[in-house]
Amino acid sequence: MEAYLNLFVKSIFIENMIFAYFLGMCSYLAVSKTVKTAVGLGLAVIFVLAITVPINFLLDTYLLRPGALSWLSTEYADLDLSFLSFIMFIAVIASMVQLVEMIVEKFAPALYGALGIFLPLIAVNCAILGGSLFMQQKDFSGVAESAVYGLGSGIGWLLAILAIAAIREKITYSNVPAPLRGLGITFIITGLMALGFMSFMGIKL
Amino acid sequence: MEDKKTTPTEKTTLLFVNKEKEPLFSKKNRKLLSDPMDDNNPITVQVLGICSALAITVQLKPAVVMSISVMAVMAASNVIISLLRNLIPNRIRIIVQLVVVASMVILVDQILRAYAYDVSKELSIFIGLIITNCIVMGRLEAFALGNGVWKSFLDGIGNAAGYGVILIIVAFFRELFGSGKLFGFQVIPDAVYELGYVNNGLMLLSPMALITVGILIWIQRSRNRTLIEKN
Repeated sequence: MEAYLNLFVKSIFIENMIFAYFLGMCSYLAVSKTVKTAVGLGLAVIFVLAITVPINFLLDTYLLRPGALSWLSTEYADLDLSFLSFIMFIAVIASMVQLVEMIVEKFAPALYGALGIFLPLIAVNCAILGGSLFMQQKDFSGVAESAVYGLGSGIGWLLAILAIAAIREKITYSNVPAPLRGLGITFIITGLMALGFMSFMGIKL
Repeated sequence: MEDKKTTPTEKTTLLFVNKEKEPLFSKKNRKLLSDPMDDNNPITVQVLGICSALAITVQLKPAVVMSISVMAVMAASNVIISLLRNLIPNRIRIIVQLVVVASMVILVDQILRAYAYDVSKELSIFIGLIITNCIVMGRLEAFALGNGVWKSFLDGIGNAAGYGVILIIVAFFRELFGSGKLFGFQVIPDAVYELGYVNNGLMLLSPMALITVGILIWIQRSRNRTLIEKN
């Protein structure tokens, strides 16, 4: 139990998708003009990450890894399909996004209306593919661990986009030097926030 | 020209009717190459492809390798999508694009593993992330789906070069000030260190990548006032 909690906190704060690895920066910059849309996108990212990371974990363990196919027959024991992992992961992500979109549309039309165009956009969000690729590198021991990692990274992403959206709403009232307005100042603020998040690095879990 | 072969329908042939006599490097085509360097830079103006741009700029070498990989992937996938552009049904184009890009990235990844294993270890997951690099998908959507093969090729090269330029500038400053080296060779002489100069360790950490890009945008927009945003 403790191990899960450690992983959860670590993936939210210390290995934050945006501040430590810059994953999902494109949508982070494009959709952070108002808090409302930022929260919508953040929730959708949590949802998709928490689903795709465990699914890709299963795929990696039972299909792609060197020797993963040994459950089928001993003659496949030395097959290594890991070069296929990019294309398999992205296919899973694209189809899961489509599936999630259809389910949400059917059972929660209000949420669907709120998320709108963001759901399909998530398929090309680097944070989602990044989550699966990091999962592959980290060698998790079970599905539960990878699910916790996916959920934690999603929440970390939501935190980051929420914070920058709130700051950008306020900053429209300030007198920023003209060439820095918009993109420039957002980069610099994100840099300063990343400095702040670095203070979590000292925590030993 | 190549356009002719790939445009079976009448409507699209009409669109390209004037292009046949155009020389390979006409003014328009040269503009496709040079525009992304400054006025229409993918990173600082179009805001595409930042995800993987920042994490690998601690040193020059991975930044250069990354730029070349992105250039290869973009040029190849732009050409393929442009060849297929009249065959792809509109509804499933995203999936088709993802598959094409993913196969190109797998190729690049395997080649890097075979011939430059150290760098490929250093780039770790970021080679894989070229698939979801918005710059590739963005240019496929915005350009390759509606233009001929040669133009799409130039557009791919141009945009990848614009991306590479920013990457290399950021990596140059981060490596120079962060570890006093360029391409792994020491450039700041020992005499300077003896006078009490210390490498700025902060430059090696992730926040400084963001701030360096922010400052680059500032410099570019104060030179080119038309790019300034309203608020």
